[in-house]
Amino acid sequence: MRFAYRNKKITGVLSVVPKNFKTFDEEMENYNADKSRTKRLKLVMGYDRHHLVEDGVTVSDMAVFGMKYLFDNGLLSKDDISALVLVTESPDYFLPPTSCVIQGRLGLSQDVFCLDINQGCAGYIVGLMEAFSLLAQDDMKKVVLINADILSRKISKEDRNSYPLAGDAIAITIVENADDGSLIQGEIKFDGARHEVLMIPAGGFKMPSTPETAVMHEDRDGNRRSLDNLVMKGREVFHFVQTEMPPLLNGLFDRIGIGKDEIDWYLFHQPNKFMVDKLAEELDVPYEKMPSNIVTNFGNPSGVTVPLNISFNIGKRLLNETFKVCLAGFGVGLTWGAMVLEIGNLNFNDLIEF
Amino acid sequence: MDKIIDILKGIRPEFDFTASDDFINDGFIDSFDIVTLVAALEKQFGIKIKGTEIVPENFCNLNAIAALLKKYGAAIA
Repeated sequence: MRFAYRNKKITGVLSVVPKNFKTFDEEMENYNADKSRTKRLKLVMGYDRHHLVEDGVTVSDMAVFGMKYLFDNGLLSKDDISALVLVTESPDYFLPPTSCVIQGRLGLSQDVFCLDINQGCAGYIVGLMEAFSLLAQDDMKKVVLINADILSRKISKEDRNSYPLAGDAIAITIVENADDGSLIQGEIKFDGARHEVLMIPAGGFKMPSTPETAVMHEDRDGNRRSLDNLVMKGREVFHFVQTEMPPLLNGLFDRIGIGKDEIDWYLFHQPNKFMVDKLAEELDVPYEKMPSNIVTNFGNPSGVTVPLNISFNIGKRLLNETFKVCLAGFGVGLTWGAMVLEIGNLNFNDLIEF
Repeated sequence: MDKIIDILKGIRPEFDFTASDDFINDGFIDSFDIVTLVAALEKQFGIKIKGTEIVPENFCNLNAIAALLKKYGAAIA
């Protein structure tokens, strides 16, 4: 699907990461592989530390914390919120929607439209699309887009394939109408035929969690996980990203008539450093324009990597400067998409700890 | 070819890589080892291997790795 939105803008970004973190070195004992191999992997993949929620912390806890930070610091007023869109794969409950839980805990107006979207690594693109679409309604003030995931709680600590890159975080993005003639263009694709490449097999209605689904199994590479855990076919995911993203991006740039050197920042989802750097090489984009340091410093909190990338790598410069950026996400679904927009003169762009 | 064998031995010293035609199915290397191998080959030969070519078929035995490196003009002799 190709898409375009006129007169919409991002006016603030807040990223929230848990205080608690673990280092790759201290977790190496958990993995069923010799240390020298695992250490080499650390360097290539860019693993170092990942921020993880404590037991019992939920997405709504972190979202409410972030929203209160905005209220308390005068960065957002409850009365200005028209809609609350939550993108998560780790909701508090099957039902009700976690967006409703957040609305209730914050005491927001009953006129605030609440929506949960089940999306992951491409969730920032999907969430922004939904937020931009909502702004087409009359009398809309601000749409609050919350990307949030705490998937570390569903990943086996003995899974060298997935646990080193696990990371928990949320990000709050404020989206508003603009009258500056701005144009945001992008493209997104889905391939549900490959949905098993990245999934949590048990726990839904298809395969309810039972004592049997909690039994740990070892795969041929020595990783131990149960059917209740996230399973990622790493090789297939890597190949999917390398084969699907470059043509989508090159096609997008050609269609909208923009040269790669006209884009100041390529702010992509970051499953690991190796994958992002390979994309930069394929697109012939300098590494410094496509940061790959989120997984190193925070882990991979699914779709939150993109706004976290904005907060961590551009930071306060976005309060007074404007940049042409390409945002991209790819992963569960399978889903892959990108958009090109200008972002800048934000009211805030903060990174805080929960 | 010796340079390739040295790199492979650096990753999995316990295996004789001249004795296998299928490193992956024989359990010599896994998908993460392939990533480590790519990084080591790129450093050794001063090349950048395309992401689309990082597939098991290109790393399953010495001849496959050599053929891939030749595509990039690497001096493997």
